[in-house]
Amino acid sequence: MAERNIVLNIQDVNKTFGGLKALSHVNLQIEEGKTHAIIGPNGAGKSTLLNVCIGRLEPTSGSVTFNGEILTGKAPHEINQAGVVRVFQTPEIFPELSLLENVMIPALSKRDGAFRFNPFRRLADETDIRDEAESVLRDMGLLEQKDHHAGSMSRGDKRRLELCMGLVQHPRLLLLDEPTAGMSRADTNSTIDTLKRIKERGMTKVIIEHDMHVVFSLADKISVLAQGAIIAEGPPDEIRGNPKVQEAYLGGAHE
Amino acid sequence: MGFFKLSARDALLMVIFAAAVLLAPIWLKPFGAAYPDLLQKFAIFGLFAIGFNILFGLTGYLSFGHAAFLGIGSYTAVWSFKLLSMNVIPAVIFGTLTAGLLAVLIGFVSLRRTGIYFSILTLAFAQMCYNLAYSVLTPITNGETGLRVLRDDPMVLDRAVGVIQEGSPIGDFFGWQMQGFPAFYFCAAMLIIGFYVSLRIFRSPFGLKLRAIKSNQTRMRYTGFNTRPYLLLAFVISGMYAGMAGTLMVVTDPLAGAERMQWTASGEVVLMTILGGVGTLLGPILGAVLIKYFENIFSAFNTDVLHDVFSFMPDWLENFFVTIVHPFVGEGWHLTLGTLFMVIVIFLPGGLVEGFNRLFQRRKKKASSEAAGSRVATGGEKQATAEN
Repeated sequence: MAERNIVLNIQDVNKTFGGLKALSHVNLQIEEGKTHAIIGPNGAGKSTLLNVCIGRLEPTSGSVTFNGEILTGKAPHEINQAGVVRVFQTPEIFPELSLLENVMIPALSKRDGAFRFNPFRRLADETDIRDEAESVLRDMGLLEQKDHHAGSMSRGDKRRLELCMGLVQHPRLLLLDEPTAGMSRADTNSTIDTLKRIKERGMTKVIIEHDMHVVFSLADKISVLAQGAIIAEGPPDEIRGNPKVQEAYLGGAHE
Repeated sequence: MGFFKLSARDALLMVIFAAAVLLAPIWLKPFGAAYPDLLQKFAIFGLFAIGFNILFGLTGYLSFGHAAFLGIGSYTAVWSFKLLSMNVIPAVIFGTLTAGLLAVLIGFVSLRRTGIYFSILTLAFAQMCYNLAYSVLTPITNGETGLRVLRDDPMVLDRAVGVIQEGSPIGDFFGWQMQGFPAFYFCAAMLIIGFYVSLRIFRSPFGLKLRAIKSNQTRMRYTGFNTRPYLLLAFVISGMYAGMAGTLMVVTDPLAGAERMQWTASGEVVLMTILGGVGTLLGPILGAVLIKYFENIFSAFNTDVLHDVFSFMPDWLENFFVTIVHPFVGEGWHLTLGTLFMVIVIFLPGGLVEGFNRLFQRRKKKASSEAAGSRVATGGEKQATAEN
């Protein structure tokens, strides 16, 4: 633990919406190759924090740096191209396109960058991209449905597709916003397995999650957010026994 | 690989398309549409609609100002005739390029907004061009009279080579005068090239990205794409198609007027695309042909013709039908177009192409259910509803 390699550094981030203080003085360091979970009751500011990280929201003050590069104020596509990829909570897919195309798009983004004009290339010749997309779909058990329209799938399948779209980019940092919400127990377990497998490949992940089963089976480190501030941070065992955390969660349960 | 880098299926489509276009003078004869003037219109508006579809069909951005590109293409072509040569090649090249430049300008500003605001911005630009052509720009556009080629125009290249036409100037393709069927075949060649380019765009990663922008632009941004240049390129490409269509209008009839830029012309191409099928390869051409056909056929009907048509009926019934049908033909043919448009939009939102697909699928479904029992058929149905 002597030489820690910090990938994402969130420094003293504040975010207010009118009079509401959504985040106050949040400091968070994400280490390379680790899975860092952020938990907290509803309205604690978890999603706001994630939105600040990917540039959807600009913090009122403070900064977010990724491998020394300041992310604050950058356009969403620049943050993605830097290697920070978000998996959305409500599936943000391309409903009119097929599953395969849905996954080929992010793979193309990885290869082509933010912009490339190639109207005379044939999509059919992009075998690398296709193979990659298919292998990710196979991992998530969606390969058989690859030619179906994404919009016609069940919610759980959409969530898995969403995860495929994130994974195919081989991000340096993957931000997962409640990756198992709305999934059946079986799907949740298979998603946990998939996430464990990518962990073995050394992908850095930040997970926001309600489901404690998921958090404790995946996280190396947990930060607890309550009312916009981090109230506890540490390895899972330490968090489990922390009285402050239990109090925040019991308070959250009444909401 | 193989045929112009098309897949076997697309190569077949391309061959059939080219054959259908080139043989149009033969197979359109029974429909009474095989005369060159109308065939030229089919080709020109088909090209216009294909280009419009690259923007509207692929990205979902509905432009209400594409007539501006048609207009600038026409004016540039006439000026190319006047200053350089009656040869149509420089006219087509310059007309297409100036339309592209105008599209860069209009697109750069308009694409800052989406949805209805984008449509309104393009409409505003086009109306601005239209009004400018009538007022401030009269020295270039010759205002209400329209811009035409005169015998004593410079035509530098023609004079240098020493080829000067007798009589009123006509577009020329290395000795072929652009009138009648030669003019149609020139337009047809452009249409086929235009269709090929559109097909390649549809099948390219670029085309897939455009479709993804239509489907969920926000997600595209978070997937790492800078969507603005993609949209601008689609806008410029479709503007260039419109510009080329504008030059072809001048190629077949060397005269350009500002009315070509009016909003009704912009609206017409929207109708064509929706009628045929937005985002499909063949739909826009189908829509263009249908509208131009109806315009020519129905607008030619007058009361006498109607009386002839219903003459087999007793007089009182004949008069009754003529009275009912009369408002739908001649000057009132737009009423027919409007009715047709409403029927299509309500019952076939995907246009005529969707209609054909449904017919085709129904037949396929029937065949497969007979072969493999009813379980397969319900699966196919599920898929069909998902696709709609």
